[in-house]
Formats: sequence, C-alpha cells, structure tokens
Amino acid sequence: MDYQNILTICPFCGCGCALNLEVIDGEIVGVLPANDHPVGRGSLCIKGWNAHAFVNHQDRLTSPLIRENGGFREASWDEALELVAEKFEGIKSQSGPDAIGVLTSAKCTNEENYLLQKLARAVFGTNNVDHCARL
Amino acid sequence: MIEQIQSRVEENLQDLDGIVALRLTNQGAAPYLYQSGDDVAQLVMEPRYPVSETVSKLQKRYRDANFGIVARGCDTRALVEMSKRHQIDPNRLYLICVACSSEQADACHCSEPYPILDQWPRSELIGEPVAGAAPHPLVAEYENITREDRWSFWKLQFTKCIKCYGCRDICPVCFCDACALEDPLWVEPGLLVPDFPMYHLIKAMHMTTRCIACRQCETACPAGIPLTVLYDLIRADVADLIGYLPGADVDSKPPLSLTLADAPIKSDLVY
Repeated sequence: MDYQNILTICPFCGCGCALNLEVIDGEIVGVLPANDHPVGRGSLCIKGWNAHAFVNHQDRLTSPLIRENGGFREASWDEALELVAEKFEGIKSQSGPDAIGVLTSAKCTNEENYLLQKLARAVFGTNNVDHCARL
Repeated sequence: MIEQIQSRVEENLQDLDGIVALRLTNQGAAPYLYQSGDDVAQLVMEPRYPVSETVSKLQKRYRDANFGIVARGCDTRALVEMSKRHQIDPNRLYLICVACSSEQADACHCSEPYPILDQWPRSELIGEPVAGAAPHPLVAEYENITREDRWSFWKLQFTKCIKCYGCRDICPVCFCDACALEDPLWVEPGLLVPDFPMYHLIKAMHMTTRCIACRQCETACPAGIPLTVLYDLIRADVADLIGYLPGADVDSKPPLSLTLADAPIKSDLVY
C-alpha cells in the first residue's frame, strides 16, 4: 500500500510547468498541480492535467514498427536503428547532407536538443536544424 | 499547532492503515499517505490540496482499509457531499480535523473555517475555531449591480477561459464518470474560447447543491476567473429557496435527487 505524488515537469510544451504525478502502488493514476512551484503556481492547461494519460494507454507503441508490404511489423530496437542509419546513409551519399533536416522539440530537454543538433551537424553534416517552438 | 497535528497523526497511525495529509519534501508539498514508521515531521498544512479526493481514490482501491485524513473545514464539507454520493465510506475513515486561522479564512473568503465534528463520530479537533471571514467583495455588492453589468462582467471573465478543465479536475465534488462538459452535444470539441455562457453555466448548474466553497477551482484557474463568486451566489439562492446547504448535514439528501414534494421551494423569491 503506497500513495505518493512525484513532482515532475510537464512533458508537453516548453513552458515548463511543474506537476505532481499521483502514484498508487507504482501505477500513475492522476495529476495534481504543483501549488508552490514558481512556473505554473498551481495552474495547468488541459495537456498538463492529462499528462499521465499516455503512460499506460493501450494505444501506446511499446516496440519499434517497420513498414513493410503496406503494413507494420514489430522489430527489435537494433534492427530498427540499423535500418534508420542505413536509410540516412543512403540519402546522404545520393543527395548530400543538406537533403536531411532535423526538427527538434519543445518536449525535449535542453540537453536532448543539444544532442539533436550535434547529431545533425557532426554526424549528418548539415546545419538544417529547426525547432517546433520557432513558429 | 503543526507539532500537535504531527503527534496526533503519529499516535493514530498505530490504529489506522494510513493517514492522508500533505507532505513537504525538497520537491514541494503534496498529498501523501502516511503509514506507520513514516517521518511525520514532514507533515504540513499548506498549500491546500483536495485531500478528500485522495481518500476517495484510496478507499475505492483498498476496500477493507481503515484510513485517516487530516482535514480542514472545507475538506470535511467535501467529505459530507462525497459520502452522500457514495464516493467515500465514512465508516472506514477517521478525521483529524484542524481549525483554520483567521488569516487562512480571510485568504479563502471562508464563512466556515472549521469542521463540524458532530457529523463525524470518529473524529477529533485540533485548534480553536475562529469566526468566518467576510465574503468576496463582489458577492457582497452583487445586489447593487445591474443585470447588464453582470452580463458584461461574466462575459469578460469567461472569455479568459482556456478550457483546461482544471476547475472540474481539482473539484472534490466533481466525480461523474460521464461529464457533460466532455459531451459534444453540449460542448463543441476544439472550440476556444468555449461557448459563452453555456460552458460555464453547465458547470455552475452541476455545482448547485454540491459546491462546498473550498475555492480549489479558483486556485487552479490559470485565467484567474472568480468562479466562486458565481458559486457563492448560487449557494445563497439554494439556501434561500430550498434550505439546502451543501456540506452541512450528512443526512439531508441532495434536493436535485428529490421531488418538489420532498424539497419544496421555500421562498416567495422565485425568478
């Protein structure tokens, strides 16, 4: 028997509102605002209020899918990542690195966004980096 | 007073399976289920959270458990309405009630900043009850505002709504499985600003005979809409017309579940 609230940052937009994930026996059952947090000050938008919903949702993908013959088949991470790398290499050798662009995300942390631009510049060799928040 | 609450929680934990109260960690304060052996020095009373909802969730999951709750006056009023509507089981709940200070009452415009213990055979009170605070200034002067001005005031307020559903989600007496505010028949999905005045009046109608004036909705509103001004006015009308005060009496049935013969309109003041 265990009930606690775990403080975290909303995974959606870049505002960075804090929220509490209500956890009963290790299962996330709901969201409460973080009333004493300076960003949201106890308020959330509709995304924050439902930030727990996707975690255990039945439609959530739990393994990589590879499109084949008009459908999808489950694959291992190794197989999926190898295929992605192979396709990127193919595009790069055929059309040059600037045929590739990287869209980063407000959902990512600063560190993840840093890594994505690093991947774009150092691995792909392109400066085509943009961000969904630069609208 | 907080030391007294902490020591009563520690003592009561010897007989109970757990007690719901706020816990302060280095991440801030939030509801928590204290169990025997937990450090009660982390127990705090601020900021306010709807702990009655937490109790409801836990009671539904643990059908045999005997829980306790550290409750303010508003929490006990919520528990009264939840009990009537089978959201909590009062026979499996022990209340450590805490009277709020005058400052806390003023901050909430709370007319009843203390629990009524005679509703709860299994309860105790910590602190001295203080007198109720003055109502929201708008409630006090509402009679003097013209209908046109009232209309434009609410139109301006409700235009600020970002439709987060936070007022519903935080509300301890909003617990229906099927919510009218999620029904496309009543509320068009994806429409921002929500329809004036239908969206907010549906919510207000559903608060009739339920709202226990805890002000959690107002605290949670990102747009600062003074929702409880509206709900206080409705509370006053329901008290006047039907003589029903939500949260006051666990044995009085909600008038919307009765016929007019059982709950007659008392006042001549019918609009």
